[in-house]
Amino acid sequence: MDLFLHLWIMIFIYSIFAMSLNLEMGYTGLFNFGHIAFFGIGAYTSALLTLHQIPFALAFVVALVASGFFGFLLSIPSLRLRGDYFGIATLGFGEILRMVFQNEVWLTKGPMGLPGIPKPILFSYRFATLPQYLLLTMGLTIVTFLILRIIIRSPLGRTLRGIREDEIVLMALGKNAFHFKIKSVVIGSVFAGLAGVLWTHYTTFISPGDFTLSETILVLLIVVLGGKGTEWGPLMGAFVLIFFQESLRFLKLPTEWGRYLAPLQQMIFGGLLIFLMIYRPEGLIREKGEGR
Amino acid sequence: MIETKGLSKSFGGIQALSNCTLSLKGHAITGLIGPNGSGKTTLFNLITGFLPPDSGEIYFKGKRIDGRLPHEVASAGIVRTFQLTRVLPKMTVLDNMLIACPRQTGETLSSLFFHSNTIRVEENQNRKRALELIEWVGLSHLKDQWAGNLSYGQQKLLELARALMANPTMILLDEPTAGINPIMIQTMMELILKMKEWGMIFFIIEHNMDVIIELCEWIFVLDNGEKIAEGKPKEIQQNPRVIEAYLGV
Repeated sequence: MDLFLHLWIMIFIYSIFAMSLNLEMGYTGLFNFGHIAFFGIGAYTSALLTLHQIPFALAFVVALVASGFFGFLLSIPSLRLRGDYFGIATLGFGEILRMVFQNEVWLTKGPMGLPGIPKPILFSYRFATLPQYLLLTMGLTIVTFLILRIIIRSPLGRTLRGIREDEIVLMALGKNAFHFKIKSVVIGSVFAGLAGVLWTHYTTFISPGDFTLSETILVLLIVVLGGKGTEWGPLMGAFVLIFFQESLRFLKLPTEWGRYLAPLQQMIFGGLLIFLMIYRPEGLIREKGEGR
Repeated sequence: MIETKGLSKSFGGIQALSNCTLSLKGHAITGLIGPNGSGKTTLFNLITGFLPPDSGEIYFKGKRIDGRLPHEVASAGIVRTFQLTRVLPKMTVLDNMLIACPRQTGETLSSLFFHSNTIRVEENQNRKRALELIEWVGLSHLKDQWAGNLSYGQQKLLELARALMANPTMILLDEPTAGINPIMIQTMMELILKMKEWGMIFFIIEHNMDVIIELCEWIFVLDNGEKIAEGKPKEIQQNPRVIEAYLGV
């Protein structure tokens, strides 16, 4: 039963993370390879504040603001670049931030990590047990889904999709593409931060090793597998991949298999990505539109 | 409307445009012709802010616009189309139109949550106008199709309608009839003339002489980045320098 609850909590957290990336990658066409950085900023901000006895509600808000603010800071220089170049710049940002977590020992305790992060307390209600935490993550997943859906279905969402299709055209029609892309990255970063906050108070221990490139790749895979540029795609992708990843962890396998399992998982992810590229490049769920 | 003074632009060792001074005054449709590589598209790119000029000035309605960014030029009232048609392929024909509406309330984040009624009213108006224009160019039956599935000629029509949707003062058309069949060319010309009646002003690059002669009231001729002639269609046809530039004799 605990495994089951754990599984769903992870699925919801990664759903939020994937939905935030989907806004940038699926709808705006921005291939952000450093998305884990904002997950990390949310996680560390909330962890550090609550460890310093700041109420969770306040830490939560500050963490989201911090994620959005850093998204804004990153987007100003990096969005001057297009396509692959933007991808490389964000990749660099993700790595730099991990180095900051690792080396600013006075703040983050470096590789030792931060243990004993308290469970969240909201309106004097403590989300301590698994079912309670599941409710919290599920609630926030629904909120995220609804907010992003409002954005996606609005004229703003339409303009973002237009930028994905052809930025030059949008500029010729009088749209400030640069501003719209910043908006997309900031919104995406805020929700990535939200996923980070939920994750950090769930595991109660974080260290720089949790925010590596492979996490970004996992969430990229979730978005691509589920169907980028669709409302339900990231949820679908998170369900399939996290279910697969986490359930492996709980199989009663002989311990000596351990050293084969981790690389095997990477191989399976890689194989899955190749399979998708060949047989279903649009992902499990397809973007709406007529005629193909 | 548009005036350029001593406009120059070079790419590496190639002088794409040199000391180009021209003035579009009072004509509803002005043509821009010249052999391939004579600098026509470069001139369009300079006017619309997609490229910065090396030197020279550009004025629109008496205001200086060189150095402005593309979206600022477009907001000022100059909307362009592209030589190789650019539609938004994975968006429907209707969305291609709606996206062109200038200054939409629903494009700001806060309004989505606080002014949803305003947005709904605005969207309904925009949709009505978009559907009218789609019908006008004869693409009604394709309104829910992805624009990328349209034929090249249909994409050209969509691009023209979309430019109109952006509500500009002036439209710059870069080869509106290139690569489409004669019947579609006829349709295109009729649409342009109709828009002229509605008060739209055009600046058109075109290689098809029949189209140019029929549409334009005034023509500029470029060769090797320099303006070599300007005048009424009849005069241009007989200008020896123009004949030389085109035929190389």
